[in-house]
Amino acid sequence: MILLALAYAAGMLAVHRKGSWWPTERAACWMAGVIAASVAGHGPLAAAAHHDPDAHMVAHLLLGMIAPLLLVLGAPVTLALRALPVRAARRLSRLLRSRPVRALTHPVTAAVLNAGGLWLIYLTDLHRAGGLVPWHILASGYLFTAAIVGVDPAPHRPGRVVRAAALIGFLAAHGILAKHLNSPLMYYGGDAVDLVLISLFCREWYRAADPHGPRTRRIPATRPPRVPWRLPDELRTAPAPSTPSGPSRSAAGPGQPIRATPANR
Amino acid sequence: MPVAVSTDARRSVLSGALLGLGVAGFVDETVFHQLLHWHHFYDKSTPAAGLVSDGVFHAFSWVATVAALFLLADLRRRAAFERRSWWGGLLAGAGAFQLYDGTVQHKLLRLHQIRYDVDITPYDWAWNVIAVALLAAGVTLLLRARRR
Repeated sequence: MILLALAYAAGMLAVHRKGSWWPTERAACWMAGVIAASVAGHGPLAAAAHHDPDAHMVAHLLLGMIAPLLLVLGAPVTLALRALPVRAARRLSRLLRSRPVRALTHPVTAAVLNAGGLWLIYLTDLHRAGGLVPWHILASGYLFTAAIVGVDPAPHRPGRVVRAAALIGFLAAHGILAKHLNSPLMYYGGDAVDLVLISLFCREWYRAADPHGPRTRRIPATRPPRVPWRLPDELRTAPAPSTPSGPSRSAAGPGQPIRATPANR
Repeated sequence: MPVAVSTDARRSVLSGALLGLGVAGFVDETVFHQLLHWHHFYDKSTPAAGLVSDGVFHAFSWVATVAALFLLADLRRRAAFERRSWWGGLLAGAGAFQLYDGTVQHKLLRLHQIRYDVDITPYDWAWNVIAVALLAAGVTLLLRARRR
């Protein structure tokens, strides 16, 4: 776990040495993910999880859903590709394109690995075993989350319909298992994390569907200029018609929202 | 005479219908499971088919709720929102979910009953009559929106 945090920090250092920039919030996500996974695996919560089923489920949600989501939002592959020397980065990108990795990161494979693994673990008492089982939960959670809402480059990722179907399939399998284990905590806790997952998935579509939005959504290599937050165009109402000098709604055409110019976007 | 329906009108219906599904599922969950405790979280006698149907429907309606709101935001962003189509879709979607829940899930798959230790007949009738009324109101609105 500490290695994961150190490797990320080393990557950030390498990127800065190259004179490039890396967003702090991505780093914060990664570190929070490492902390979430560590809390699930060590310390008082992990100790309580051995005898208290509720503590066990909280640990399970942290390790299998929350930590993977935070780690995925840390965009570690993008960071690695930018931090590594050109040759090593090329090798890594070739590896990511290779057939086995493509098969493994396909949303359906990832969903089956994740949900199937959970069913196997809980129906066979494997969840009491240590060793590689927690790592499988974390890794399959990561693979699945990355396949659905990943921000890292994924040249062969299938379209939204396949991903949405895999997402619904996984949510259903998770909910059914929660009911089967009679664990409302797993059921509703899973729903809460899934809400974030679904929102991220839909937001990606919403941004891509914006006819005025940027073409690509890569993580910028230089610090973007600070733009003060403003209300989205469609929520902004023009000043009341009584103000004589202000622009009236009719200036933008009847019923048309005021569109942003490229300059203030 | 065939009436051309624009993509935006269809998207308004879709957004409304998905939200209707989600809202019906949400009301079922909060009111009957959480507040009244009429439904059981998991009835030990539930057959596997009922559990699977419930799981898939729950997952789908959760995704549908969020997707519907993003679709709505997109329609508003493009000033393409059609109020009548959207409400028609919402009522029809809610009615369809309620009817499916009341007939297939409660009765056919015996997932759980509306209430326990009482005569279930009036509850079942009320449930499904409300469902049909919602569905009929939604379809009427949709037909009217189409005619305009």
